[in-house]
Amino acid sequence: MTRQSFNSTLGPEHSAASPLSVHDVTVAYRRAPVLWDIDYDAPPNGLIGMVGPNGAGKSTLLKAVLGLVPMTSGRIEVFGQPIAQQRARIAYVPQRESVDWDFPVTALDVVAMGRYRKIGWFRRVSRAHREAARACLDQVGMADFADRQIGQLSGGQQQRVFLARALAQEADLYLMDEPFAGVDAATERTIIDILRRLQREGKTCLVVHHDLHTVGEYFDHLLLLNVRIVAAGPTEEVLTEENLRKTYGGRLTLLDRAGAALEQKGGLTTAAAESARM
Amino acid sequence: MPSLEVILMQDVPVLAAGVLASLACAVVGVFLVLRRMSLMGDAISHAVLPGIVVGFLLAGTMQSLPIFLGAAAVGVLTALFTQLIHRAARIEPGAAMGVVFTILFAVGVIMLDWTAGGRAHLDADCVLYGQMEHVLWITPPDSLAALFTWQTWSTFPRQIVSLAVVLLLNLAVVALLFKELRLSAFDPGMASAQGINPHLMHYLLMTLTAITVVAAFEAVGSILVVAMLIVPPLAAHLLTNRLVTMMLVAMLFALLASVSGYGAAVWIDTNAAGMIGVALGALLLVVGLLVPGGWVRKPRARVEQAVVSAAT
Repeated sequence: MTRQSFNSTLGPEHSAASPLSVHDVTVAYRRAPVLWDIDYDAPPNGLIGMVGPNGAGKSTLLKAVLGLVPMTSGRIEVFGQPIAQQRARIAYVPQRESVDWDFPVTALDVVAMGRYRKIGWFRRVSRAHREAARACLDQVGMADFADRQIGQLSGGQQQRVFLARALAQEADLYLMDEPFAGVDAATERTIIDILRRLQREGKTCLVVHHDLHTVGEYFDHLLLLNVRIVAAGPTEEVLTEENLRKTYGGRLTLLDRAGAALEQKGGLTTAAAESARM
Repeated sequence: MPSLEVILMQDVPVLAAGVLASLACAVVGVFLVLRRMSLMGDAISHAVLPGIVVGFLLAGTMQSLPIFLGAAAVGVLTALFTQLIHRAARIEPGAAMGVVFTILFAVGVIMLDWTAGGRAHLDADCVLYGQMEHVLWITPPDSLAALFTWQTWSTFPRQIVSLAVVLLLNLAVVALLFKELRLSAFDPGMASAQGINPHLMHYLLMTLTAITVVAAFEAVGSILVVAMLIVPPLAAHLLTNRLVTMMLVAMLFALLASVSGYGAAVWIDTNAAGMIGVALGALLLVVGLLVPGGWVRKPRARVEQAVVSAAT
């Protein structure tokens, strides 16, 4: 990352209309880069899967887009403008573990949080916004659980509530951090249906995904990330064994070796082997 | 049976101070507990000491406003320093808080010793234990007509007025910014993404906590004030899954504990602030043990039920 490229204007590879333009972004924690020189344009109306090993910076990239982590260098534009001016057009589904599920709120309360920006400061949640939130709960098949405290929901149901909250934001760009992690089959189906519907409605979705078996089926574009961008583009071009090897590269072989060593000792469970492969 | 004059002179003011302090504490305490920052109240209640001393020096008396401002400023500084040390030195928040508040308290103790040592208005004991029994209405009305004289109201306890003002302030802020405070406490990332700065909300809450603690501590001391901040919200959280209900129940518990605590103190003739603390503890114990879904619930029963109904 050089000073020169930081000052450069939109290059020919960047189109102003892109829902998300990431320009030479580097994010570092304590000097160690988490994201290195990320340069990416999301295709309009794309259903984009973001894939990479643990610690590849997937969540950090989403948080950088939302302005939640400081960038060491680079800049990010959403629909051609700085994110501060486009907050209303971005919806975010954080990882499920990021909140306290004992918090005294109901599923409907959480979904209504997606309307707060529309409601504005100091105002109460009006009946109209409450009904809009209820409609979003209904879209994810959770209408019957509106008054349930969120801790009393299953993992999949909690994920659907988060998805409903993002729908309630009525955004144009949806950022989702591992929405499929640890959910039941019915929820997975609901989420993918919603994603496809959003795409039909002209929205763009950038979704962190961890399951290589389904990534080709679910997404039409992929972003392979491991601190740097390994590959990005239409799924059929990008999803190659070579690219995956590059993405999971050193880690994969290292973990495979560790896994093999453990397996010989008979101490490795299937689940651990599975996660090691991820 | 004591005369009406004695009741008005002593019992009513002390009880009012206890009730108002516990109500004001419960309102901010709900958010402290939910943000898992219960001990921030403890930290601030100690850390504000240098602010109080500076305010006292500037004003020359125990007048409320300068002391409030000094304390509020240091309260916010406590939160700020804690955040800075946590971030910059990468020390866990609890330890950062511990460093900041003890050092600020120590500075306050030294300032107190140097400056106010000779003046009886302010000393370390008063800061720690409070002087609840000193909340007195020297010239209570002895007739209906006396209610309308300056003489009567000129000695009305200042602590009660400031506690009432702080309670109203807390209620007003929480009512106005209810959804912003709730979202910032529940999901700061989401708040930030929606343009609600969770740090701003954090410092607002810290400021309210500092002001509340200062208003309350003169009456109940900086130790009991921590109980008032934490216990009613904790007990209320055991009973409800709604934030508004939790706040109302916490206030109800605060009222119950301060009234019954004061009653018990009068009955067995002991320290009122201490007895209110005991009442708070007893209340939490009873709620925790007796309420279904409290401490002795069947683990995960409700979650399983939810999972089953989801599968169908």
